[in-house]
Amino acid sequence: MSQPSHKKRIGAEAIEAKGWLGAHKWLIMRRLSQLSILALFMIGPLAGIWIVKGNLNYSYTLNVLPLTDPYVALQSLMAGHVPEKLGLIGVAIAVAFYFLVGGRVYCSWVCPINMVTDAAGWLRDRLGIKGASSLSAKTRYWILGMTLVASAVTGVVLWELINPVSMLHRGLIFGLGSAWMVVLTIFLFDLFVMTRGWCGRLCPVGAFYGLLGKWSPVRISASKRSACNDCMDCFEVCPEPQVIRPALKGEGKGVGPVILAANCTNCGRCIDVCSKDVFNFGLRSNNPVPTASIGVQPGAK
Amino acid sequence: MTATPPKNSAARRQFLFDSAKMVCGVGMLGLGLGLYAKQSKALPALALRPPGALPESDFLGACIRCGLCVRDCPYNTLELAKPEAPVATGTPYFTARNIPCEMCDDIPCVKACPTKALDHGLTDINKAKMGVAVLIDHETCLNFLGLRCDVCYRVCPVIDKAITLDMVPNQRTGRHAMFLPTVHSEHCTGCGKCEKSCVLEEAAIRVLPPKLAKGELGKHYRLGWEEQKKAGHSLIDESKMIDLPDRLPEGARLPGHYDPASGQTEAMRGMSGQEVVTIPSLPPGLGGKP
Repeated sequence: MSQPSHKKRIGAEAIEAKGWLGAHKWLIMRRLSQLSILALFMIGPLAGIWIVKGNLNYSYTLNVLPLTDPYVALQSLMAGHVPEKLGLIGVAIAVAFYFLVGGRVYCSWVCPINMVTDAAGWLRDRLGIKGASSLSAKTRYWILGMTLVASAVTGVVLWELINPVSMLHRGLIFGLGSAWMVVLTIFLFDLFVMTRGWCGRLCPVGAFYGLLGKWSPVRISASKRSACNDCMDCFEVCPEPQVIRPALKGEGKGVGPVILAANCTNCGRCIDVCSKDVFNFGLRSNNPVPTASIGVQPGAK
Repeated sequence: MTATPPKNSAARRQFLFDSAKMVCGVGMLGLGLGLYAKQSKALPALALRPPGALPESDFLGACIRCGLCVRDCPYNTLELAKPEAPVATGTPYFTARNIPCEMCDDIPCVKACPTKALDHGLTDINKAKMGVAVLIDHETCLNFLGLRCDVCYRVCPVIDKAITLDMVPNQRTGRHAMFLPTVHSEHCTGCGKCEKSCVLEEAAIRVLPPKLAKGELGKHYRLGWEEQKKAGHSLIDESKMIDLPDRLPEGARLPGHYDPASGQTEAMRGMSGQEVVTIPSLPPGLGGKP
């Protein structure tokens, strides 16, 4: 296997400019978020300290805070069943939260499969694996629609029969069984078969959360896009690279700097790997549309 | 102007082609999943659902696989199905022979359920129907062998209602009694304590889904003695009843019973000779006097 030694590693410029920590700030925070959520769930069964009971489908924190996965609840609803009061409150809280911070925040800050597919993506980059088959990023919406229709037809919460996200998360808390094989399959699929295949093209959970946060106010903005030196690191590192272009390159087309695409996961890796600090977290409303072709100078925030 | 229509039509064709591809691919996935869903509704007989669980076809649509019932069960009875288990992945179940349900008065598993998968209307655990115990093997049950094991009867939380010991003569010895554990399904909750504590290598008594364990009378069937009790009197005119002959062993006599062959009919029953003749006796050659 040819080592891509000639190729510059993603984020090398950013590490030079900001130091390793500065170039991995959001990644570290994201891993901390993912791992501490997992730890909160696991500390109960492992150490008998019951802060959170349940799993990502429904959890009950400190016997006060219910959280329900709205996608699972929706499938159950399609199958003709309405949750009890706590379950409904849980749906409301989760929907409100992800509506505010961005639906796919679930994917990049909570979902345990994200670490698996990120690892596959990282290894893919290190090994220089290329030329894999591809599938439209819209496939997930078709699968999402299918799971809802088929839940209604079969009367079963359909995606939960095979959902690798809940299999892994539930498995880590309640006993893995053969769920590790499903997780390994996802890893190998992303590594050898399809770049960002699972999270970026197939997973209906991500598709659902993407739609849920379509109008979310918390967004990443390429507010200093005029400083972009076209190093392409953000495109390389982004799990949904198609979301960046309109915002980053839209200055001449009268498009504002905020990334509005629903599939941006607010993971913040673009902020990390940019040596010019083009990106930052901001609000959807703070989206000055450039006038004419010159455009306004991006205001320092 | 001539350039736009072909371009549009090419785009339309591409769109239709892409959509068809998606519908086919995702449709196949859906078909596979749908068949799998159908399979998953077939709960294995020895996997029992928690108290108050909806019928299996509804349960799989209502349960969101959160495991709260598992967590709030104080006896670790329940577990969530792992992917390789023959139970729908992530749904709660228990195996009576491993850890049976202890039938908590406050039913914490039902209270913990955030959905209606476990019926919150169930507040009396004695009304739970997790299954029905069946003394399935009459050949190895120690009580059927004439011993006084009685363990399933003793451990039953609904003792003397759900399981009774019914005394019958032991025909093998001819002089002893057998006390047969007898399940009464209207009281049995399916907790599985009997199955758990059966002393045999393989339990002779097992909790099965009611569908497997129970027969069902025809809808039009009436039990005469119950109808009589309900109405306070017999529903038919008893004076018009015809008593069919009792068949006794040759030579035996049972006072008060009609036996045309014994020669004591009229006097005993006060029947007219005419009537007696109209009642069919044993077919020729079968019993009776030679």
